[in-house]
Amino acid sequence: MALSETTLDTDLSVHSTFASRYVRTSLPRFKIPDNSIPKEAAFQIINDELMLDGNPRLNLASFVTTWMEPECDKLIMASINKNYVDMDEYPVTTELQNRCVNMIAHLFNAPLGESEAAVGVGTVGSSEAIMLAGLAFKRKWQNRRKAEGKPYDKPNIVTGANVQVCWEKFARYFEVELKEVKLREDYYVMDPEKAVEMVDENTICVAAILGSTLNGEFEDVKRLNDLLAEKNKETGWDTPIHVDAASGGFIAPFLHPELEWDFRLPWVKSINVSGHKYGLVYAGIGWVIWRSKEDLPEELIFHINYLGADQPTFTLNFSKGSSQVIAQYYQLIRMGFQGYKNVMENCRDNMIVLKDSLEQTGRFNIVSKDVGVPLVAFSLKDSSQHNEFELSDMLRRYGWIVPAYTMPPDAQHVTVLRVVIREDFSRTLAERLVNDIQKVLQELDALPSKPKVSICGDDNKVVVKKTALETQREVTTVWRKFVMERKKMNGVC
Amino acid sequence: MVITTTIAADSNELLHSTFASRYVRTPVPRFKMPERSMPKEAAYQMINDELMLDGNPRLNLASFVTTWMEPECNDLIMTSINKNYVDMDEYPVTTELQNRCVNMIAHLFHAPVGDDETAIGVGTVGSSEAIMLAGLAFKRKWQNKRKAEGKTYDKPNIVTGANVQVCWEKFARYFEVELKEVKLTEGYYVMDPVKAVEMVDENTICVAAILGSTLTGEFEDVKLLNELLTKKNEETGWDTPIHVDAASGGFIAPFVYPDLVWDFRLPLVKSINVSGHKYGLVYAGVGWVIWRTEEDLPEELIFHINYLGSDQPTFTLNFSKGSSQIIAQYYQFLRLGFEGYKRIIENCMDNTRVLKEGLEKTGRFGIVSKDVGVPLVAFSLKDSSKYTVFDMSESLRRFGWIIPTYTMPADAKHIAVLRVVVREDFSRSLAERLSSNIEQVLEEMESLPIRTSTKSATVSGELENAEGKKVDKKTEREIQEEIIQYWRRLVDGKRIGVC
Repeated sequence: MALSETTLDTDLSVHSTFASRYVRTSLPRFKIPDNSIPKEAAFQIINDELMLDGNPRLNLASFVTTWMEPECDKLIMASINKNYVDMDEYPVTTELQNRCVNMIAHLFNAPLGESEAAVGVGTVGSSEAIMLAGLAFKRKWQNRRKAEGKPYDKPNIVTGANVQVCWEKFARYFEVELKEVKLREDYYVMDPEKAVEMVDENTICVAAILGSTLNGEFEDVKRLNDLLAEKNKETGWDTPIHVDAASGGFIAPFLHPELEWDFRLPWVKSINVSGHKYGLVYAGIGWVIWRSKEDLPEELIFHINYLGADQPTFTLNFSKGSSQVIAQYYQLIRMGFQGYKNVMENCRDNMIVLKDSLEQTGRFNIVSKDVGVPLVAFSLKDSSQHNEFELSDMLRRYGWIVPAYTMPPDAQHVTVLRVVIREDFSRTLAERLVNDIQKVLQELDALPSKPKVSICGDDNKVVVKKTALETQREVTTVWRKFVMERKKMNGVC
Repeated sequence: MVITTTIAADSNELLHSTFASRYVRTPVPRFKMPERSMPKEAAYQMINDELMLDGNPRLNLASFVTTWMEPECNDLIMTSINKNYVDMDEYPVTTELQNRCVNMIAHLFHAPVGDDETAIGVGTVGSSEAIMLAGLAFKRKWQNKRKAEGKTYDKPNIVTGANVQVCWEKFARYFEVELKEVKLTEGYYVMDPVKAVEMVDENTICVAAILGSTLTGEFEDVKLLNELLTKKNEETGWDTPIHVDAASGGFIAPFVYPDLVWDFRLPLVKSINVSGHKYGLVYAGVGWVIWRTEEDLPEELIFHINYLGSDQPTFTLNFSKGSSQIIAQYYQFLRLGFEGYKRIIENCMDNTRVLKEGLEKTGRFGIVSKDVGVPLVAFSLKDSSKYTVFDMSESLRRFGWIIPTYTMPADAKHIAVLRVVVREDFSRSLAERLSSNIEQVLEEMESLPIRTSTKSATVSGELENAEGKKVDKKTEREIQEEIIQYWRRLVDGKRIGVC
């Protein structure tokens, strides 16, 4: 008679992952587990949890690229273990970054000679790019004020209230005052006239946005330049302009080449653009270009001694991956000017299809403009029964992630839904989305009006009994209003 | 008779092999975007081919940053490459994984949090961002305190050792804080706690100690610093805190030196940063900063983003970035666990010892790094008259090894070292191979005649100048070498930012 024995611990890797011990115990959450586990189990456990994340390609909230060609994925994986900052060890990667900087500088009509190297740098995103540009302005302004013997402790920056949250971060972390031009209903970008009025001697720069986060509009940089040129002539303050072209920088040159917004305007001294938005690269890359060497104070540049060679650097981050820089170069040469133009035109066409279909339902106001970033921002004509937040919640059931935002001051009463059209949002997906929106509208309409159940209280008065859902809704609505009224904006992204 | 025709339209280009196609014949665009697109295979091949001339990351012995991960982890990284980390509401699981990592690291550092309490910390792109955030928190806390006391707050300073990594100097320069550096001395290449505490004044926002000095891998004596600073704080009432830059050491000390007290067990340590991409064993692009408690992170620095109606608090410099490294970090914690990390670091220490003994055997090197610290070997030549460590570094490149040379910061500038970092993927066999290659190079250099005589030996002919004197004609190569040596010595004299 053979006696059966229980299996030993060493046999565990032979069992299927799902039946193994590791899936029976709860996942470590607060402390590093004491023991190792087989790599297959680790992979499976994490992979399975991540299934509950949203699908990046259905994330219509984000401008950030969610699809690249398999060839590019290969290049990315092959360079994933290269630390970008080791410039001496990886000279080709460094060279590729320099080429990208040059190409983008030329795209923005920087005043460079034929073989002159542009002044710019690759960053982790537009946040870092903006902080570097802002730092350069702040230091330049401080140096000038010191030379003039004037106080330099109260720098400020003029932008619109529609500005993205990273400008507020810059202002708060680098101790610069943020002077915001308020919006108003139907005018959701910075008004150049009001902006120039707000400029004073402590203004380090005026920041214009090419591709406002909320409705995709391009601000009128040319007008700002002209007005500011006049003011500068009167005052002699030489206040410069920075263009935050995070989204628009890779759109305007291809779709609207005649639009003057870049270095063709003399007061524009630096521009930032996100490689990971319409530069068509995965998250993690941005670019900032300066007009000329004079616009970047030398004292901010660090000279690192790498193996005896001098490497000038100006970034906030140090070690980071090289993959996105290589991917950006891939896109620039693979697509070329024609390729990018094709992609942007496609996006614009899909945007128009979506916009027209939404208008046809008759239930929406379109808040975004035709000229700008390919996105559709729309609000309900009648939000008394149901508002945009509910619509957004219900669309989630179909898999779509469509965010709802309230506008910044002074248009806080306007709420919009925003759908961003990226390269991988095809015509068929656009039509499907409109279908689903119509379904959701029908469902919301069909919801019965608030039920009234009478109860006779002690004094025989009729009291309306609220359902649990209504109470919840009331509480949620109150809380939402409370959160939105709080100071410090809705940082919308 | 069939007449052959040449293949006409551009659309046929794809049928040719990439290497024979038009795209490889024209020069690669360098300054302007090309007008037209090109096939993706051609684009891939061109870039891939150029990148072959980059150094091999795994032979890059200069860097602490991880260069190898398991294939399973590579798979996870690729599948999450299109997730934008900052979309917290869209990717709640990824956000949760970051929070778990923060909790795990906080517990590893003995942060005073309860078993189910969430720790205060954040994932960053690297230790540079982590240090800037920590420094910002200190600066703002100090400013608030001074304002409340009615004193001036326009001249903050920070006290560190001169061995500090370049990102502290960046922090100081960009955020307008004065950097007060404790100078090094020959034989003592880290910050002296006694001198550091002397330099503390009322404007000091914090004292930064390094666990794992970049140059020699040494751990600074944080415990002693804590004791001395506590005494000074009692006298002065300034409450100057400590920050520990544990970029390298944070994932070493807890596993192999658990008795070393350097973290939140010391009461004055208020924040710690560590690089996930060094001994956290993840590819470049992730760092962590942990604060002791909520009080150490001023609320006004935290931004509340309105995402789909829910409130998301954030405190980072970067906004959009990839999620892959965060997921990879969690994978490593889960996959390796405490015992896995311990085994790996112990292996690194063993390999370091083997390499060190191999170098000592040659009798030509002075070992500058210590045994307790980050697994690296920093060594200098006992006699640099015939050839220098710079020459050796160059020669070793021939074998494929990338070994950097550094000169020490003030006041030990005359010392130059070679530094080999031992990472997880630097095995015993590679260590032995490196030793033998170094011995080979030594032999070569010893057998070369000394420099001045070499110059005369290779002179091709003598010239007579106008006065009839004989003048050595220098070859181009000699002139180049002279210039390079001169330039190198000039550059070394500049402020060194070593990484």
